[in-house]
Amino acid sequence: MLKNYEELNEVHIDVLREIGNIGAGNAATALASILDERVEMSLPVVRITDFDTAINALGGAEAMTVGVLVNFYGEANGMIMFLMKMEDAQKILSILLQGFDTEEESEEMTELKLSAIKEIGNILGSSYINAIATLTGLQINLSVPYIAIDMAGAIMSVPIIEFGSVGDKIMFIEEVFSGRENDLRSNVIMFAQIETLKLIMERLGLNL
Amino acid sequence: MSQTLVVGISDYRVSRKPNILVTYALGSCVGICLYDKRLQVGGLAHIMLPDSTQFLHQHQEINRMKFADTAIVDVVKEMQLLGADIRNITAKIAGGARMFQMQSNTQLGSIGDRNVDSVKQVLGNLGIPIIAEDTRKNYGRTVYFDLSTGIMKVSSLGKNVLEL
Repeated sequence: MLKNYEELNEVHIDVLREIGNIGAGNAATALASILDERVEMSLPVVRITDFDTAINALGGAEAMTVGVLVNFYGEANGMIMFLMKMEDAQKILSILLQGFDTEEESEEMTELKLSAIKEIGNILGSSYINAIATLTGLQINLSVPYIAIDMAGAIMSVPIIEFGSVGDKIMFIEEVFSGRENDLRSNVIMFAQIETLKLIMERLGLNL
Repeated sequence: MSQTLVVGISDYRVSRKPNILVTYALGSCVGICLYDKRLQVGGLAHIMLPDSTQFLHQHQEINRMKFADTAIVDVVKEMQLLGADIRNITAKIAGGARMFQMQSNTQLGSIGDRNVDSVKQVLGNLGIPIIAEDTRKNYGRTVYFDLSTGIMKVSSLGKNVLEL
């Protein structure tokens, strides 16, 4: 019986990677149409790492980061986070808010900007969750999006606490999106409870 | 020569002057700086969760450095091995933020508060006074703990460094 993330084997990881792939495919399409730009995505990476490595993988503990968090719950439980560096968030906003009167050059995060970023997180989260729900037939709900602008490590402490209570490692599926014309990068990472992973595998005909 | 020793997540270090202990980007986790001023011996723990007891029955080995109740006790023991007297130990704490403005009645929304509450209770039970704190609120903190002076420096993005 699967007790912690360290016990996931190659077959499970392949399945998770494929889920990431489908979710990210949906997400990239959504992102491309919002930004009106070709969006490329990396191959998804399934990481099973200790806590400090998870943070360092995202550009260092103290890097100023914009994070949007969407919880999913119901038959499957977990979290999707959309993370980008502050400067990339600004670039995305300048594309998104073209035509709005937003004191153009201002770096300040206005309410309008915050909701725009939150909305992207929301759309990306839904893309992933739809993929999983379609694949598995599980009933899954999404929370509203929450935003934080802070040190990467402080933002990541939230999923690490939530999913790191059992064992000393966490698992996440990570995807890097980059714009074709503008040089921007963002990460989408998905965490899921161990029971949820079991259920997903079961639904896909794999026994854990 | 002063060395800077980094404390990770669910980790602690104990050392003596002139070394500096640092832990980066505390969010909802809590950093606990314990100090014996007389000996200039101190420890810094970076805990993630309030209480180990709910995990004990799961037939799993727990990482004692992850929880407030176990990590603090272990830091005190290690300081005692370096000669510290528990009657001289004082505490400064930082962290326990609510990073996302979620409902506080959810498990996830209140974890920072519960971490701070537990740290205070554990220190109280040990009779260790808290002489400074920068806790809760909604932002991340990096903590530097100077074992020569016992000063805890807290730095956050877009804010002045606090010296406590």
